[in-house]
Amino acid sequence: MSVLLFTIIVLLGAFVAGLVGSLTGLGGGVIIIPLLTLVLGVDIHYAIGASIISVIATSSGSAAAYVKEGITNIRIGMFLEIATTISAIIGAVITVFINPSYIAIIFGVILLFSAIMMVRKKVDHSDNDTSGKLAVFLKLNGSYPTDKGMQNYAVHNVAGGFFMMFVAGIISGLLGIGSGALKVIAMDNIMRIPFKVSTTTSNFMMGVTAAASAIVYLHRGQIDPGIAMPVALGVLTGATVGSKILVKTKTDKLKIIFAVVVAFLALQMIYNGLTGKL
Amino acid sequence: MSKEKNFFADRDIQIILGTLLRVGVIASMSVILIGGLVYLGSNHSEIVNYSQFDSVKSGFSAVSDIFIGLGDLKGSAIIQFGVLLLIFTPIMRVVFSIFSFLIERDYLYVLIGAFVLCVILFSLSNKLVG
Repeated sequence: MSVLLFTIIVLLGAFVAGLVGSLTGLGGGVIIIPLLTLVLGVDIHYAIGASIISVIATSSGSAAAYVKEGITNIRIGMFLEIATTISAIIGAVITVFINPSYIAIIFGVILLFSAIMMVRKKVDHSDNDTSGKLAVFLKLNGSYPTDKGMQNYAVHNVAGGFFMMFVAGIISGLLGIGSGALKVIAMDNIMRIPFKVSTTTSNFMMGVTAAASAIVYLHRGQIDPGIAMPVALGVLTGATVGSKILVKTKTDKLKIIFAVVVAFLALQMIYNGLTGKL
Repeated sequence: MSKEKNFFADRDIQIILGTLLRVGVIASMSVILIGGLVYLGSNHSEIVNYSQFDSVKSGFSAVSDIFIGLGDLKGSAIIQFGVLLLIFTPIMRVVFSIFSFLIERDYLYVLIGAFVLCVILFSLSNKLVG
C-alpha cells in the first residue's frame, strides 16, 4: 500500500473515530487501534503510539471548552493526576515487555467493558452530605453551574478513588487509550461526584495522563510521524464536528449501535490475541 | 466575602486555562498539517511498512533529532515537532496551574502540582526506555 492511500484511509477512519467518540463519550483509541491493527496490519505498538496522540488531541480540545464553563473541578483533577501520571508511565514502560497477543486480549476485555459501561443506565450518586476528612483537607468539595443555579456537591472516599485512578493510569499507559470507563467508576461510583463534573474533570485529566506515557512512547520510536499525522488531524476534526452536532442529536440509539460495534471489535481483538495473530 | 473573591479568581484561571489549551491544540494541529503536506509531497508513492515494530528504524524519536530534521525542512520532522507541541500543551497546563495556585496562596496545591510536574519531567528521561 502506498503512503498516500494509507494516509487517506487512516484520515477517514480517524475522522469517524473522533466523530462517534465525541457523540458517545468513548475515546478515539477504541476505533483507531482496531482499525490500524485488524484492518491495516499495523504492529500494535505503533497503533498504541498513534492512539495516545488522539487522546491528547481530543482531551485538550474538549477540555478547553468545558474548563471555560466552570464545570471542571481543577483541584480534583490535579490531585488524582498524581496517581494517573505515575501509573501511566509504569504502564508505558512495561508495554514492550508484554507479549503483543496479551496486549490485544487485555485491550479486547477493556473494550467489552467500555461498551457495557456506555449503554448501562447511569445513576447519579452525588449528594451534599458531609464528606470525608480527606476531601475537606484537600478542598475537593465544590459547586458547578446548573439550570437552577450553582449546585454544591460533596466528595467521598478519596482513597478509594485514588486507588482506582492508579488502575486507570496503568491501563492507559499500557494500551494507549484514555481509559474513560475506569475513570467514571472512580469518580461517579466511588467518589460520588456529579456526572457533569466527573466527565469533564476526567477529560481534563486525560491529556496530562496521556502526555506522561506519550513521552515514553516517543523515545522508544512508537510514535511514527506517518501514522500520527492522519490520526491527529482526523480525530480532532471529527471530534470538533461531533461536538457541534451533539446538541441537536439524541444519542441513546447511537450509543447502542456503537456498543454493538465496539463489542464486535473487542471479540475480534480477543480472538486474534488468543490465536496469536496479533 | 473571602469566598466570593476566591470564586472570581477561580473563574479567571479557568478562562485562561481554556484559552491556553485551545491555542496549544490549534498551533500543534497547524504544524502537523504543514508537516503532513510536506511529507506527502515527497513520500506519497513510497510503500508503507508498519507490520513489525522496530525501535531502531523509526527516526525522530529524540527531541534533538526532531530539531535537526526541522532545519532540513523534512516533512516527518515537522510532523514530530507538531506532536511535541501537542504533548507539551497539557504539560504547560500543569505549569500554569501551579502558578495560579501560587497566586491564590494555596500552597498545598502548589506542592501537588509540582509533584505531578516532576513525575512528567521524570518521564522525559531516556533511561525509562529499555
